Amino acid sequence: MTTKLVVDCSTGVVEEVALTEEELAQREVDRIAFEAAEAARLADEAEKAAKKAELLAKLGLTEDDAKLLLS
Amino acid sequence: MPVTYKKIASVTVGAGGSASMAFTSIPSTYTDLILKVSVREESTNSYELAMDVNGLTTAIYNWRLLQGSGSSAISDQRTSQTIGQAGVLSSSNSTASTFGNIEIYFPNYSGSTNKCYSVDSVGENNGTLAYARLVAGLISTTSAITSITLKLGSGDLDQYSTAVLYGISKS
Repeated sequence: MTTKLVVDCSTGVVEEVALTEEELAQREVDRIAFEAAEAARLADEAEKAAKKAELLAKLGLTEDDAKLLLS
Repeated sequence: MPVTYKKIASVTVGAGGSASMAFTSIPSTYTDLILKVSVREESTNSYELAMDVNGLTTAIYNWRLLQGSGSSAISDQRTSQTIGQAGVLSSSNSTASTFGNIEIYFPNYSGSTNKCYSVDSVGENNGTLAYARLVAGLISTTSAITSITLKLGSGDLDQYSTAVLYGISKS
């Protein structure tokens, strides 16, 4: 059984509560949304890295040369 | 801790882990809120903490982030997400008994404008890979924040993960 912790700030009481069917379904929606966002971020990173490598090759520079220039 | 900080409530995950930690019935009497979180995930799925406010899971969460890993730096931005970005944490791959440190700041949380927030986080790890992440977020809701839920994009929070909510008064 998956549970959540809920603290009522008006009383300070902490309860461990079983997730409802709706909350379990929302967890699955959250997982899909998170994985989609992560995949999009990794794809963006890969695209940027590829463009950067292309530009460095065009300029005849290595990664270390570029870091030195920008330091 | 400055005298204008007042602890509202705290919660610690017990044995068996937990899907989330939620603060409800947050009083509206403070100016700002700050959450101090020490957190680890049971699995290796997320490396990130997520959140929602007022139980809202519609496409109202927006953010920009900067992240460093010791060997590289990235920036990213997302709009209209259904889950809020709340920083990086330690996973089960991280050094044993280490927890990520996260601070989430909500200025003017009970006002009638859209809610901005900021995150300063690190995922502790005694190894070659550890993340530090800064987040600037915007939640498109004009309602006062009365609850905050901390959760993972995937998986459960590990035992001994802790969150403490403080209210900050302006004087």
